[in-house]
Amino acid sequence: MNGIRPLASLQCGQEGRVCDLAVTGSMRRRLQDIGLIVGTKIECVQKSPAGDPTAYLIRGAVIALRKEDAKGVLVFCDGRYPG
Amino acid sequence: MTSGSTGKKAADTALIIRRQSASDRVVALAGNPNVGKSTVFNALTGLSQHTGNWSGKTVTNAQGRCEYQGNGFILVDIPGSYSLMAHSAEEEVARDFLCFGKPDVAVVVCDATCLERNLNLVLQTIEIMPRTVVCVNLMDEAKKKKIRIDLDQLSRQLGVPAVGVCARAEKGLDDLLEQVAACAAQAEAPDPPKVAYPLAVEQALQRMAPAVQLRCGQALPARWLALRILEGDPALLESAGNYLGVPLREDPMLDSLRREALDSLAQAGIPPEKLQDEIVSALVRRAEQISSQVVHCEQGGYHDRDRKIDRILTSRFFGVPLMIALLAGVFWLTIVGANYPSRWLSAGLFWIEERLAEIFAWAGAPDFLCGMLVHGAYRTLAWVVSVMLPPMAIFFPLFTLLEDLGYLPRVAFNLDRYFQACDACGKQSLTMCMGFGCNAAGVVGCRIIDSPRERLIAILTNNFVPCNGRFPMLIAISTMFFAGAFPGPLQSFGSALLLTALILVGVLATFLGSKLLSSTILKGIPSSFTLELPAYRRPQIGKTIFRSVFDRTIFVLGRAAAVAAPAGMLIWLMANVTVGGGTLLSHCAGFLDPFARQLGLDGVILLAFVLGLPANEIVTPIMIMAYLSTGSLIEMESLETMRQLFVANGWTWVTAICVMLFSLMHWPCSTTCLTIHKETQSLKWTAVAFLFPTALGMAACFLVTQIARIWM
Repeated sequence: MNGIRPLASLQCGQEGRVCDLAVTGSMRRRLQDIGLIVGTKIECVQKSPAGDPTAYLIRGAVIALRKEDAKGVLVFCDGRYPG
Repeated sequence: MTSGSTGKKAADTALIIRRQSASDRVVALAGNPNVGKSTVFNALTGLSQHTGNWSGKTVTNAQGRCEYQGNGFILVDIPGSYSLMAHSAEEEVARDFLCFGKPDVAVVVCDATCLERNLNLVLQTIEIMPRTVVCVNLMDEAKKKKIRIDLDQLSRQLGVPAVGVCARAEKGLDDLLEQVAACAAQAEAPDPPKVAYPLAVEQALQRMAPAVQLRCGQALPARWLALRILEGDPALLESAGNYLGVPLREDPMLDSLRREALDSLAQAGIPPEKLQDEIVSALVRRAEQISSQVVHCEQGGYHDRDRKIDRILTSRFFGVPLMIALLAGVFWLTIVGANYPSRWLSAGLFWIEERLAEIFAWAGAPDFLCGMLVHGAYRTLAWVVSVMLPPMAIFFPLFTLLEDLGYLPRVAFNLDRYFQACDACGKQSLTMCMGFGCNAAGVVGCRIIDSPRERLIAILTNNFVPCNGRFPMLIAISTMFFAGAFPGPLQSFGSALLLTALILVGVLATFLGSKLLSSTILKGIPSSFTLELPAYRRPQIGKTIFRSVFDRTIFVLGRAAAVAAPAGMLIWLMANVTVGGGTLLSHCAGFLDPFARQLGLDGVILLAFVLGLPANEIVTPIMIMAYLSTGSLIEMESLETMRQLFVANGWTWVTAICVMLFSLMHWPCSTTCLTIHKETQSLKWTAVAFLFPTALGMAACFLVTQIARIWM
């Protein structure tokens, strides 16, 4: 469960730090604009009823991303569960 | 797909500033979505720009005026955006006004509970507009969440004034205006500290800036412009080029400058594709740094309450059922609550009608004048007001409360998966919610959708949500024909359920329509999607109810006067002018009848829909008027009289279903069509928007009729 993995694989309550953005184009800029740059802490907070999209806590704001997009965000998890 | 064909350029960039006096200063009100920007705007201007707790409420530039100590300010409320790098049409409106609209001062409204994320836009705004005032809103919410903001420190760090306000309670607004006035009055623009980019970028900017200024003048800050030329975003450069009168993308001098700079950056280890990352990262890090010195949070888990609510409202098992139950609950309250006021209004208004007729008789006016004005215009107006007003005055405040609470983005969150399956965007559910009020508003609201293709899908399918004008008819017909199946006290409950089911049919049609469009004429892959789930806020119940009852009343009355009254007059004439043994109305209805029968309707119903093009409100009055041989509306005291009239004219439950289906799925009203044309800038897409729902509606009605014929 530890190490580098796609954001989409995080379960509710798990968190990690962004280590790479493997998305391009306007989505890349969009993610950066909401504060998702290398080193940013991100926590998975809520899955929608159909399991996709998922809401993440990013710099104090809760933002929902689709699985397709979240696959392109690589996060480093050290396996700790917050709280 | 080019931006021209989908109307990305339709956003109103050419805003005309209406100054009351030459000394009025223009203030741009910017901010992230959902930070209470419109609330600040309303509190300052005393206007009532509709606000809501979700991104994308403001999709066009709204303006208003306010005065402070003798100085006049024109406030321009621009759409919310996270950044000045535009992604969607509404963000482009925001960026173009800030950058090229020549405001005297920019006010960036921030959310005190989420300051760090907001600072990105603040920093970007300061780069282009040194005359910026930062307005930290929602200070009360922050206090509740035990977040403390050091405003002095914020102001020091940014190098521009920072004011804490609580716009809902109208606190701190004087301070804000004082700072805005001071900022506007300064002879020299302030020179706030710049965001430091990596050394190689800074060196490149230093080399470029003087030459850029020489070529382009001082209308835009040279450093900012040099940075944009380096980034090379074509849309932005084109807008900037038009503004400056310099072809920024084709200019040979600037191009060689750009190439040189990019080469040296590449040598320093920053290739062009990484430049953007470096720029954004510098902004985000600076925001983080400022935030760490300014925001003091006493308690880490300040999101706990919201997360608990979300775990219920968006839970796997209860999320969708709760959503439907809420909708049904709102309908139930509307139906139950509207019953009595509707009766009182109609009794009162028809009493006035009799008096009016007496006055006409007393004055010796000719019969046709009395008929046309009283039995045509006034009667239709009275009918529309008494039937439309009560449900609207109840439904909208309730809906607005849900909206203010922050529930609507959760609807988008719950439903996005299904829109994704249709290759569309989950934010479409937000534009559908706007469609409940008015489809034209819903169509404009589609600007919140980033991808032009998905935006077009949302525009073309918005009409499947019944608007203001169609609701009461759906309520009336479902109550008349189907609520009888429920035992007495449960009848209102039954109508609410039926209405909910009908809305679900509309939602289903939206999914089906979206899928159909995206697998035929609007092929494409789903684009990326980010949706903010804002913190829940307690709605201002009293204010919301007062405001929206008032707004709705004005809206319904305005429509009744502008459309229903003249239409009533026209229909009266059509029903009373006899040509060749029949009235005009009966000739037209007779002509449409054979075709309409195939759809389970009749000629009169189809004619009513055709004549109802200017406004759906008048469809039912036309039907009633046409059915009555007297050629004008009789007093429709109760739904039962109306039902008897319909049944006497051959209505069955199949007719009722088909009328409701057709009401749900037919051409958009003329206002909506015009709006679609304005938004898409294309006759072709307007035609599709007209024909597509009509075809779907006709197919549905035909199918229901044929099945019913076999079955019966």
